[in-house]
Amino acid sequence: MQLSTKHLLGIRDLKSSDIQLILDTASQFKEVLQRPIKKVPTLRDVTIVNLFFENSTRTRISFELAEKRLSADTINFTASASSVSKGESLLDTVNNILSMKVDMVVMRHSASGAPHFLAKHIPAAIVNAGDGINEHPTQALLDAFSISEKLGTLQGKKIAIIGDIMHSRVALSNIYLLKKMGAEVTVAGPPTLIPKYMKDAFDINVEYDLKKVLEWCDVANVLRIQLERQNQVLFSSLREYSLAYGVNKKLLDSLNKEIIIMHPGPINRGVELDSDVADSKQSIILQQVENGVAVRMAVLYLLAGGGANQN
Amino acid sequence: MKTILNEQQLAITIQRLSNQLLENHLSLTDTVLIGIQPRGIYFSDRIVKEIAKQVAPENIRYGKLDITFYRDDVRKGLHTLNKTDIPFSIENKKVVLIDDVLYTGRTIRAALDALLDFGRPEKVELCILIDRRFSRQLPIQADYTGRSIDSIISQKVKVYWKEKDGKDEVELF
Repeated sequence: MQLSTKHLLGIRDLKSSDIQLILDTASQFKEVLQRPIKKVPTLRDVTIVNLFFENSTRTRISFELAEKRLSADTINFTASASSVSKGESLLDTVNNILSMKVDMVVMRHSASGAPHFLAKHIPAAIVNAGDGINEHPTQALLDAFSISEKLGTLQGKKIAIIGDIMHSRVALSNIYLLKKMGAEVTVAGPPTLIPKYMKDAFDINVEYDLKKVLEWCDVANVLRIQLERQNQVLFSSLREYSLAYGVNKKLLDSLNKEIIIMHPGPINRGVELDSDVADSKQSIILQQVENGVAVRMAVLYLLAGGGANQN
Repeated sequence: MKTILNEQQLAITIQRLSNQLLENHLSLTDTVLIGIQPRGIYFSDRIVKEIAKQVAPENIRYGKLDITFYRDDVRKGLHTLNKTDIPFSIENKKVVLIDDVLYTGRTIRAALDALLDFGRPEKVELCILIDRRFSRQLPIQADYTGRSIDSIISQKVKVYWKEKDGKDEVELF
């Protein structure tokens, strides 16, 4: 099996067979990461540039580690320390980098669709590491990998995505992926943070009552309240949000089952997730981070031409 | 098409190779066995089964190694990944690599590279069912050989295993 796509722009463009291939490949890379020497020579002839036009800790370190563990050469680019601040256009910036013989581009940008635009104009393979409020495909893939590692499969599992659905690229990528892999999805949060079209557009449930959705689900993926994208008043205060939609230990203990708690990070502790939940046994937040490296290795390996043709 | 080994010959060959392995490694105290994915493991499974008749199972350390990430043609769309499972340390151990057919030697080159990422073995040996001699592209030879055959590039050697292909046989096309 090989991927049916040249770029990873979003989960939306992937087939379910592509998703399965990435997850299967990731479990082999997870084994590599347990070895005494956690590195394979697979991509030693590949050069990858990490273009980060927006801040990131986890994703950036994770991609860089994934590249290094595949023996690829890497270049890091941060918008603030570059000629972008002198007014150079995105296409010019990237073309200049590519003329130095770069094979792949990992890109984060605050404008939705920026990687799609680049994919039309440059020959290198592009991996979207988050574009505006559109998609964050590798996060959804690592979430899916972590869920199936814990529950065996995604098929028929009940996943709740809780919080700021409207501004969240993690939510959108997760919804595309989970629906393609046969899971049931409910989004929950304040009505002001859930777009009206969601229910029909994606064939998912919408719930405004936190307790009800927690009672329904096997896994709760709690999203971060994106303070940097809130320029209108969508809820009155963080304290009010936390009272109505903050997941705490008392709430989880009142359920008659043990659900899995996930969070893409960074956590606003005490807002969407209390510390005693984030650090509890039910939480797989740090496993998500660990799996992130293996999943990103799988994506880079497959986009670079790994896997077998069907013949 | 020509049969190189039939079911009975194959069983005898596996018996002989297992005995040769034990002759050199006696109680297997410092020895580990590693089959190479994907098709080497059918052969290594048989060897381990044979050895288990003479050595206590708890003394047998047996792992499986997938070498796809180390191949020199990894990005040419030729290889599917398989599971690597080496649940023990190979540091200072005698390692016996086990594969079904030795042809160009490139697989074993990759396997040696892969192996070294798991530690520094004291010694590495190679056990092969079919050796297609005179077709090597790298200076690699087996320590234990089931059968050596002369073949040309256009010919193919196919090893069939009951658990996978429904019969035990080695054929030359």
